[in-house]
Amino acid sequence: MDSFLQQVVNAVSLGAIYSLFALGYALVFSILGVLNLAHSAVFMTGAFVGLLLVDKLHQPLWIAAPLAMIAAGFVSILLEFVAFRPLRQRGAARMSQLISSIGAALLIVNLAQLAFKPLWGGTEAYFPQGLVPDQPIVIEALSLRIVPIRMIILVIALALVIALQYLVMRTRIGQQMRAVAFNQRTAALLGINVGRVYVLTFFLAGLLGGAAGLLYGLVFLNVTPFIGDDVALVGLTAIVLGGLGSINGALVGGFLVAAIQTFSIAIGGSNYKNAVVFGLLFVLLLARPQGLFGQSESTRA
Amino acid sequence: MDALTQALVDILRPLGITEPVLQFMLVNAILGISIYLTLYTGMFSLANAGFMAIGAYAGVAATQFLGMPLWLGLIIGMAVAGIISLPIGLPVLRLKDIYLAIATIGFGEVVIILLLNFDEIISSIATALQGERVRIRLLEGARGIKGIPKSTETWMLFAFLALLMFLLWRLHKSRLGRAMAAIREDERAAANMGINVVYVKNVVFVMSAVVAASAGVFSAHLTRIISPGAYGFDKAVDILSFAVLGGTSTWVGPIVGGLVMGALPEVLRFLNDLRGVFIGLILLGVILFLPGGLINPAGVRLLLRRARRALRRRADAAERSSHAAP
Repeated sequence: MDSFLQQVVNAVSLGAIYSLFALGYALVFSILGVLNLAHSAVFMTGAFVGLLLVDKLHQPLWIAAPLAMIAAGFVSILLEFVAFRPLRQRGAARMSQLISSIGAALLIVNLAQLAFKPLWGGTEAYFPQGLVPDQPIVIEALSLRIVPIRMIILVIALALVIALQYLVMRTRIGQQMRAVAFNQRTAALLGINVGRVYVLTFFLAGLLGGAAGLLYGLVFLNVTPFIGDDVALVGLTAIVLGGLGSINGALVGGFLVAAIQTFSIAIGGSNYKNAVVFGLLFVLLLARPQGLFGQSESTRA
Repeated sequence: MDALTQALVDILRPLGITEPVLQFMLVNAILGISIYLTLYTGMFSLANAGFMAIGAYAGVAATQFLGMPLWLGLIIGMAVAGIISLPIGLPVLRLKDIYLAIATIGFGEVVIILLLNFDEIISSIATALQGERVRIRLLEGARGIKGIPKSTETWMLFAFLALLMFLLWRLHKSRLGRAMAAIREDERAAANMGINVVYVKNVVFVMSAVVAASAGVFSAHLTRIISPGAYGFDKAVDILSFAVLGGTSTWVGPIVGGLVMGALPEVLRFLNDLRGVFIGLILLGVILFLPGGLINPAGVRLLLRRARRALRRRADAAERSSHAAP
C-alpha cells in the first residue's frame, strides 16, 4: 500500500478535476435552479475535441486545449437553447427539464460513439505517449511518486476556479448572474438581460466541464464516449455534499469525494470506491439535503 | 392460449415483430406500469431498474439454485424486492423532485455494486465465521449467471399484464388511487384533507418495486443470462422513456410507451446502431413537442377544442366579409 502522503497527493489531483466538473453543475443549478444531467456529455465533448485536435489534426496541446474548452462551451449553450429554454418558456415542471437533459446527454454521447468508430476504429482512443510529462518523479525521502502532469492539472484547475470566482464576485456580469440567481423577475425588471445571463452561465459551465474532461483524458491518457459516466454521479455527489447550487460547496465537495474514493480504494479495494461514494450520497441526502454547508431550499439564492 | 399468441405473432410478423420481440415488448409494458405508479403519485423515482435487478437475481436464485418452478420464483422475486423497498422508501420518500431523483439514482448504483461484489462479500463473511478460507461463487459478479431455463411463455406475460391492468383499473376507482392523484396535485392540500401522505407514498413505492421485480424475473427467464450491468442507469432511463413517450395522464400511456419502445428498433431495423441516439431523441422530442406523451386524452381534447374554435373563427370571418361585401 502506498503511503498516506501519496494517497493525499493522488486525491488532491483527482479532486481538482472533480471540482472543476462539479462547478459546472453547481453554476447552472444556482442560476437556473435545474439540474443539467447532460453536463457529463459536455465533459466528454471536451476530451473528445481535444483528442481529435491532437491526434487527428496534429495540433499542439496549447492550441487544442482552449479550442476543446470552447467547443464544450458551445455544446453547453446548445443545451440551453434545445433542452432548457423552450421548456422554461412554457413554464414546464423542473422534472421535464431533467428528463430533456437526460435525453440530450444520451444523444450527444451516442453521436460521439458513432463518430468514434470511423475515427479510431472502436470506442476507445488514446492520447499519444509523451504528449504530457507523465513519467513519475520519485522522491525517495518521502517515498513519494509524483506525476508531473497531475501537478500541472492541479495548477490549471485552481487557476480556472480562481478566474471563475473573480468573474462571479468581482465583475459586473458576475453581479448580474448573482442577481438573476437571487430572483429572475426582479433582475429582469432591473434591466438585466436574463436570457443572455443564462447563455453565459451555460457557456461558463461548458468551459469548465470541457476543461475537466480534457484534463481527465490527459491524466488517464485514454478517451471513450462514455468517460462522462465516470464522473456524472461523482459530480452529483460532490454538489450534494457541498449543497446544491453552492459554488464553493461544489469546490470542496469535489475534493472530498476524491479523498473518499482514494482512501476507500486504499482500504477496501477499487470495487467499493463508488459504493462508498453513493452510500454517502444516499445518507447525506436523507440527513442533510441542503449539503454540508448549504442553506435550506427556501432561502437558496 | 398458445394458438391465440401464435395468431397474434402471425399478424405482427409483417411488421418485423417476432415472438421474442413481442415478449420483450410485454416486459417493457410491465416496467411502464412500474414507473407509472410512482409518477402518477408525483414521485420522480428512478429506482425501478434497481428493483428489477433485485427481482431478477432473487427469482433466478429460486429457480436456478433451489430448483423451484417459475411461478414460485416470481413470487419470491417480487417479495424480496417488496421487502427491500420498504426500508428504502421510508426515509427516501421524504425527499422531493430532484433530491428524490438523485437519491434513487444512487440507490440503483449501490444495488449494481453490491451485486457485482456479492460473491466476494459472502465469501469474506463465511471466511470470518468458519475461521478458514472459503470461496463461494454464486452470482459470478460481472460475468453474470448463465444458462437460466427459458421458462417464460408469451401467454404468461399476457396474463400477468392483463392482471396488472385490471388491478390498475380498480386502483383508480379506489380510495388509494384518488389519494395518489391528490398527492400529485398538491401534497400539502392532500395532507390537510386527511390523506396519510407518508403511508400512501410508501405503499405506492412498494407496489412499483414489486411490479419492476416481476418484470425482472420474467425477463431473466427470457434472456437466459443476467448480469448486473444490464440494470444500471441506462436501464433506468430506458424505463423512464416508456413513461415519457406514452404519457402519464392515463395508465394506458406507459404501457403503450413500453410496447412502442420495444417494437421500434425491430420495426425500423436500421435503427439498431442508433438505438441510443433514438432514445435520446424520443426523450427530448416528446418533452419538447408532445409534453403529454402519445396517449393524452386531455391534450387531444384541448387540441380538438382549439381546432374547432379556429374553424368557427374562420367561418365567422368569412360570414362577416360576405356581409360587408355588398
